[in-house]
Amino acid sequence: MKKKRILSLIVAATLGASLIACGNTSSGEVKEGSDKISAANAGEVIELTNVSYDPTRELYVAYNELFAKHYQEEFGKTVDVTQSHGGSGKQALEVANGLEADVVTLALEGDVQVVADAGLIDDGFTSEFDVDSSPYTSTIVFLVRSGNPKKIYDWNDLIRKDVGVITPNPKTSGGAMWNYLAAWYYFEQQGQSEKEILDSIKKLYANVVVLDSGARGATTSFVENKQGDVLIAWENEAFLSLQEYPGEYEIVVPSVSILCQPTVAVVDEVAKKHGTEDVAKEYLSYLYSDEAQEIEAKNFYRPSTKSIYDKYVFSTDSNTITEVPSDGKWINDNITLTDINHFGGWKKARADHFADGANFDSIYEQ
Amino acid sequence: MNNRRSVIPGFGISLGITITILSIVVLIPLCSLVVFSAKLSLSEFVYTVTRPRILSGYFVSISTAFIASVVNVVMGLILAWILVRYDFKGKRFIDGIIELPFALPTAVAGISLTHLTTTNGWVGQIFYKLFGIKIAYTRIGITVALIFIGIPFVVRSVQPVLEKIDIQYEEAAFILGADSRTTFRKVIFPEILPAIISGFTLAFARSIGEYGSVVFIAGNTPYETEIAPLLIMSELQEYDYSAATSIALVMLGISVIILSINAVAQGIVSKRVNGKA
Amino acid sequence: MELRKENKVLKYVLVTISFIFLGVFLILPLIYIVITALKDGIAGYVNAVSDEYAIKAALLTIKATVFAVIVNTIFGISAAWLITKYAFKGKKILSTFIDLPVTVSPIIAGLIYVLTFGRQSSLYPILDSYGIQIIFAVPGIVLATIFVTFPFISRELIPVLTAQGSDEEEAAALMGAGTAKIFRKVTFPHIKWALLYGIVLCTARAMGEFGAVSVLSGHLRGKTNTLPLYIELLYQGYDFTGAFAASSILVVLAIVVLILRLVIEKRGQKELDLNK
Repeated sequence: MKKKRILSLIVAATLGASLIACGNTSSGEVKEGSDKISAANAGEVIELTNVSYDPTRELYVAYNELFAKHYQEEFGKTVDVTQSHGGSGKQALEVANGLEADVVTLALEGDVQVVADAGLIDDGFTSEFDVDSSPYTSTIVFLVRSGNPKKIYDWNDLIRKDVGVITPNPKTSGGAMWNYLAAWYYFEQQGQSEKEILDSIKKLYANVVVLDSGARGATTSFVENKQGDVLIAWENEAFLSLQEYPGEYEIVVPSVSILCQPTVAVVDEVAKKHGTEDVAKEYLSYLYSDEAQEIEAKNFYRPSTKSIYDKYVFSTDSNTITEVPSDGKWINDNITLTDINHFGGWKKARADHFADGANFDSIYEQ
Repeated sequence: MNNRRSVIPGFGISLGITITILSIVVLIPLCSLVVFSAKLSLSEFVYTVTRPRILSGYFVSISTAFIASVVNVVMGLILAWILVRYDFKGKRFIDGIIELPFALPTAVAGISLTHLTTTNGWVGQIFYKLFGIKIAYTRIGITVALIFIGIPFVVRSVQPVLEKIDIQYEEAAFILGADSRTTFRKVIFPEILPAIISGFTLAFARSIGEYGSVVFIAGNTPYETEIAPLLIMSELQEYDYSAATSIALVMLGISVIILSINAVAQGIVSKRVNGKA
Repeated sequence: MELRKENKVLKYVLVTISFIFLGVFLILPLIYIVITALKDGIAGYVNAVSDEYAIKAALLTIKATVFAVIVNTIFGISAAWLITKYAFKGKKILSTFIDLPVTVSPIIAGLIYVLTFGRQSSLYPILDSYGIQIIFAVPGIVLATIFVTFPFISRELIPVLTAQGSDEEEAAALMGAGTAKIFRKVTFPHIKWALLYGIVLCTARAMGEFGAVSVLSGHLRGKTNTLPLYIELLYQGYDFTGAFAASSILVVLAIVVLILRLVIEKRGQKELDLNK
């Protein structure tokens, strides 16, 4: 009797195990996918995964099409790019945890560094491609409701008591870190001491109505759910809102802001495993081609190629933009930009401002 | 083996299957949670889980979940009552949609509730214009979302018990001179109390951990509308695994406590049932 | 007489309160979803729901649901059988562990699998050497779905089996029937309806899971995006019509499931009455 019982226990265990194996048939498919990639040389479809941050959705839809065409013409192979979007920090973490991205195109160098720290990207990724591996840049501007009812023109208007601010959480969003640093730079330029700056920043965040976890969520809160009076946003997000909701919003360019350099990198370990190193490299370097730079500019990212950048610049004294210019010239050069080096690079900026117990946490202490 | 032998065969196989699946799906993964938070020393652990912002996160989660569950107890009781005791038009319809919050994805529920309750949403503007009350992006909004997801629990645990109560007892009480309020308090309420507790604890436990619907409606302001599950997410996004797992472990502890309360309540139920039989 | 009268007033009050409550909390959101989904007209709606990625997401959701239901059915039957037919040590702990997943936050559910199968886990190199990827792939989504619906079936079965007692099974066993035969001939007819009901609940909940899956999925468009995640993606891409259109697919599925539930309950009730 006892023996029989043990026997049936074993049977049950095997049954359980085979069940798990059953559950894994789907993982078999994933594997199949990677086999496909290594078999790519035989003229099959090459699969590439690009893990990116929130606002680049539209950009990469357009770019992936361009790249697929380019690759077909140049190398005679079909490339199918799978996209993933989300808060930059979250995306970086997932890649570090095993999300198999061949390339990452994240909001800031600091997030790519997280993937590198996990041992997935070889050192020196910032010099792998031109201009610090940032094929396009952006900056931080304000989006206000039509007619600018609250008369918001610069950063110091954001700390007025009657103003409701929307910005995402710097702890979870790359864009929000840029927002925070740009504000910091403004108050610093006003000659405030560090304590005074912290105080101003504290007032600013006290005005925040919704602290979303990502840039896109913040935009949705502002434009769709009509929260707050001003959205601190990526320039490209702000222009997209103007385009999607004509006549409802205006962009206000503050006197100073920050040059945001989203960083791209090949995830070397994963690409090696998939046998996609060459495609991945080509995918990212083609971002610098004139055709791609045009697409980036059309999606309101500042292109890194000077000649194309100049094509999109318009000169004006006004710092309010009420509509997407019909001639397509949208880059307002009338703005002083600092960059991350001012804050001692990402490692230092993170430690000073965004780490547990650092400046950002301290402004919420009661 | 201390087991009392049953004549029914198949103990081994059912034990085997149950334990195997349970281990893979629940036990082993839960162990890794403990292993990861064990990477912190005890004092670090205590510090991590008692930071003011984290404490306020528990508070927001627990208080909104509590209020929502209380509302659900009241409404659940009323719903169960009308479904069992009354006949009216649309009864089957009401009975049918009680489980809707189960079936509707929490994210969808969150999005539509947010749209309805912002200051210019269908419902939100009424409250904002008449009473100056904001619903979305406040704790009220969180509570609304939690009421939504907790609706089925109390109804479905009270309903069957109420169905079993013999109406003769009530009639007897009435004949003996008790008014209907007394009848309810003395005859019916004690019978359904364990079921209410069990429905409440389940709704409460589910609400404390709810994420999908709440993130959309909460506003996520630290100290104001930041819920504990969101804190776990944001610790994760800050690459702080041990902090995230520590908070998760505390919440798991809360779940276990709630479940134990429920188990006690269930024990009372079965004792009563057996005592009567 | 007096009792009746008082009840009538009370009845109307309570019924009205119930209708208002459910109307505001359950029906209004549904109406909102449907209206927004149809904002751009029928053509826009059809367009949105027949999008390539929407279909892929729907298929993935169905796949995860089917797997979850299969595993939970096997588990639910064996666990309910084990708990109700035998006396053994640790039974209480076992049933607590079975119930635990319902009360665990979906975020924690996702997190524990990331910790167990992610790159920082000691299991990862082993799995990786076999080319098995669990998290940020379909198996992870399936696991998360199983987790959140874990006790749904066993919970429906246990009360039925408890009420029924073990006498019939014991008699059958004494007459020499094997486990499979006892289950098929004696137990199964009793639990048929409860099992179906459990499966329906499990299906409903599995389709809509968001939190746990969102932690594990990696959000690969067309690969690991389930329908709820796809809805979030559309919602954040300014495509509100699309988001609500995709939501309406889930709403319709949910309603179908609830109707199924009613039908099952009715059939079960009928059978029960016949047996009496």
